[in-house]
Amino acid sequence: MKKHSKFQGTKINPSRFHPSQIRYLVILTPVVMFMLLPLLYIFNHAFKPLEELFYYPPRFIVERPTLANFTRLFQVTGTSGIPMSRYFFNSVIVTVLVLVASVLISTMAGYALSKLNFKGKKAMNEINTLSLMFVGIAVTIPRYLIVEQLGLIDNFFVHVLPYLAVPVGLFLIKQFVDQIPNELIDASRVDGANEWQIYTKIILPLIKPAIATIVILSFQTVWNSADTSTTYINNDLLKTFAFYMNTLTANTNAVAGQGMAAAASLIMFLPNLIIFIVMQSKVMDTMAHSGIK
Amino acid sequence: MSELLLKLKAKKTKAFKEKQNIAYLFVFPYVLMFTIFIIIPVVAAILLSFTYFDAVRFPSWIGFENYINIITNDEVFMQYVIPNTMKYAIIVGPGGYVLSFLLAWMLAQLTPKVRTILALIIYSPSLTSGVTMAVLWRVIFAGDNSGYLNSVLLTLGLIVEPIIWLQSQEFLLTIMIIVTLWSSMGVGFLAVLAGILNVNTELYEAGYIDGIKNKFQEMLYITIPSIKPQMLFGAVMAIVGTFSASGIGVALSGSNPTPQYAGQLIVNHIEYYGFFKYEMGYAAALSVILLIVVYMFSRVAFRLFGSKDE
Repeated sequence: MKKHSKFQGTKINPSRFHPSQIRYLVILTPVVMFMLLPLLYIFNHAFKPLEELFYYPPRFIVERPTLANFTRLFQVTGTSGIPMSRYFFNSVIVTVLVLVASVLISTMAGYALSKLNFKGKKAMNEINTLSLMFVGIAVTIPRYLIVEQLGLIDNFFVHVLPYLAVPVGLFLIKQFVDQIPNELIDASRVDGANEWQIYTKIILPLIKPAIATIVILSFQTVWNSADTSTTYINNDLLKTFAFYMNTLTANTNAVAGQGMAAAASLIMFLPNLIIFIVMQSKVMDTMAHSGIK
Repeated sequence: MSELLLKLKAKKTKAFKEKQNIAYLFVFPYVLMFTIFIIIPVVAAILLSFTYFDAVRFPSWIGFENYINIITNDEVFMQYVIPNTMKYAIIVGPGGYVLSFLLAWMLAQLTPKVRTILALIIYSPSLTSGVTMAVLWRVIFAGDNSGYLNSVLLTLGLIVEPIIWLQSQEFLLTIMIIVTLWSSMGVGFLAVLAGILNVNTELYEAGYIDGIKNKFQEMLYITIPSIKPQMLFGAVMAIVGTFSASGIGVALSGSNPTPQYAGQLIVNHIEYYGFFKYEMGYAAALSVILLIVVYMFSRVAFRLFGSKDE
């Protein structure tokens, strides 16, 4: 009986601290430090005044924080004379468009795949599971040729369209809709609701956690992506912030540019982090249903 | 009651066709985008891989010549790209995956507050994209003594003169692996963590009564079998993430091909042939090889964790 009182399984997801947890903390601490250091570095570097950037040997921690790097970043204009704010604005528009459209497209498809009956449903589910393994970067060239054929080169929407069909997003949504009891849907059908009403009034409110998750995933991909600008866009006016960021240090290799680059990295990174922190419990909720069966 | 059911049934059969059409409307936008940006590119890659295509003249059919050339004539591919890709993919893919499982498992042994904070820190690097963060890595690994790593090592007396990390044949691939591992604890990691936290605790109780003696057996015989679906999802995400991030060598070193091909992976090789040499057919054949490699890695994952016996 004594053995059972020492039963260890209860310690998964424990509610209180127990000395046995110390060993895990000892192993995890260096890992967490390794993950954290580069992020702390960006924070510190972004707020360093010019003379601190020139310090030798370089110091990790900022001594007199300033916003100078950010103001310089927003004032500087590229070789083409386009202000940075323009790229920033482009990125915001692209991101909003992708988020709205991809949520709409994948929740509609997810609802149909989970709850409606149609020919080809099984095949579509299987193709989608298969395409979880799809690596977009492998088909950069055929994609380019197709975009060219469609006449979308230098078209603003080329930033948006390639990101709308995300197999992982559809997969997560579908898994989540599967959890909704059919009785709920049948009941509202009896009450006379049509499919569109069921989708907007019942499904969408119930799958908010999954929506939050694909918002985060899409945001991450689109906001961070410089690829569409590099590959499909020649007109500098239509390029995005992520692209501009990449050119920033390539052109200004001086130490002074590093402060601006760090400031720009921070602007790239912070929105991701904030959105994730706000929605983190919903993401974990969705991930619990993420398994491939 | 039965009248209502009958009515419903009649309504159902009548409405079935109509409903099917509605279902098609629901999936149509997704299927359209999926076809244009995923299916057609894959099919096009397969077709182009059997042609010679210089992006100007119409592709001419040459059968398996591209594949034969890759295997027999492409010294760079055989000598650098394959060994580099294998080393990179195995450490970052399966290695990173095992690491993410162990981290998630250890996190699950902690109290919720501590766990949430630590999990957030471990996850947050994956919110950055490898390429945009290259800016930051270039400063840390800068080749003169103003670089952070050089400066630290010089101060500690471990090296006598600064090392040009990102142009070095010796270190570039290792740095790529470290950088990718740093940002690889993403969706898959969260899925596995959520899975472990949701295992029914009664299973553990039963397990201990049946004679499980320690944490290791508990992990092996209860935790992993209970979260197989999440393990599979995590594995697929790890494989895809590994290959998607593999352009990092060019971003770090600033040139394609990377210095002495030190960080040349298959993805860079494809872009080099496609966008610099305009040998689109050859590049397409390389793409097909890459897709097959990813698929084979995933098959292994399905073998290990899949519920269907295929």
